[in-house]
Amino acid sequence: MMLFPIESLSDERRALGLAVAVAIGVAFGFVLERSGFGSSKKLVGQFYGTDMTVLKVMFTAIVTAMFGMVILSAVGVFDLASAQFNYPTYLWPMVFGGLLLGVGFVTSGWCPGTSLVGAASGKLDGLATIGGVVVGGVLYAELEPALGSFPNSGKLGTFTLPQLLHLPPIVVALLVLAMAVGAFKLATRIQTALTTQAPTEAPVSTGA
Amino acid sequence: MQRDPKRFWNPYLGGVALGLVLLTAFLLMGKGLGASGATFRTGVWAVNAVAPAHAANVPAMSAITEEGHPLDDWLVFEVVGVVIGGLIGALTSGRFSREVLRGPTFSKGGRIALAIAGGVLMGFAAKLTRGCTSGQALSGGAVLSVGSWAFMFSVFAGGYAAAWFNRRQWR
Repeated sequence: MMLFPIESLSDERRALGLAVAVAIGVAFGFVLERSGFGSSKKLVGQFYGTDMTVLKVMFTAIVTAMFGMVILSAVGVFDLASAQFNYPTYLWPMVFGGLLLGVGFVTSGWCPGTSLVGAASGKLDGLATIGGVVVGGVLYAELEPALGSFPNSGKLGTFTLPQLLHLPPIVVALLVLAMAVGAFKLATRIQTALTTQAPTEAPVSTGA
Repeated sequence: MQRDPKRFWNPYLGGVALGLVLLTAFLLMGKGLGASGATFRTGVWAVNAVAPAHAANVPAMSAITEEGHPLDDWLVFEVVGVVIGGLIGALTSGRFSREVLRGPTFSKGGRIALAIAGGVLMGFAAKLTRGCTSGQALSGGAVLSVGSWAFMFSVFAGGYAAAWFNRRQWR
């Protein structure tokens, strides 16, 4: 019997699970704000090469949580397979929808999660984006029957990188880490090149 | 804590903190973070309140209304927390301000219109991809789902492809 996840939080102790949801949300929102994700101008800097915070925060977060889960799974404390079951692959809608979402990101200045933090920071463009995301979801629901089988196309079920690469999870985790470090180095080089060539452009706001 | 609106956490430390929050969600609940799922439920709740017969006829909506109140969901509670956490962060950093973020030469009205338009696009897309940057890229990426990684690279590709067309908003 695995220790994690704690299934009772989704079942007989659901009320406690919902309190946990609020607490985790508070931490999530606070960390996003402190990382600078309450600003659309800072977020879109990622797409102009002037501010690579999105890439750095996101990949570091993935690497951190990934190693935590892979290691806890290896020692038999965490049921990684049950978590992976919640993230099945439907390749074509994910690739196409990802492109659409990226266009929406640089057009609105936010992603759905950060728009909440922006609105909470008083940013009216964040609030406008939340409204748009609500409408977009309803629009999808209305149009879904017309999309036919596309939303379920490229169905691979629960399909993970270790299965794709035929490598143990810990080796894949190390490869992801190596890729992240490479991306960080490249991103820093691009940012330095772009911001020193055009010093009048978007302000670079690094904390420390 | 000294209040300096220009001062952010180091992105790698922020990333580790975010990763620990994500890990906690997975360890306790068996699933990661999310955002667009809660936004969609809000839309379903609104449609269901105004036109319940219609909502019952739309498969993506009835799938939710048949299970109970649309807002009675883990993700909705998590998102309430996100707003509270974001507000606490903004107030304590001195970054809370009522404004429309935009480049110096772009109009407020135009910026709001594009914020809505981009939001509509993302709301639609996030249903197609079964999750957004939080629920799919971050969470699915951390459990090494192939689809989540494909999605994440697509988001970056879409953003870079459309960046040039949006440059006037920001510069």
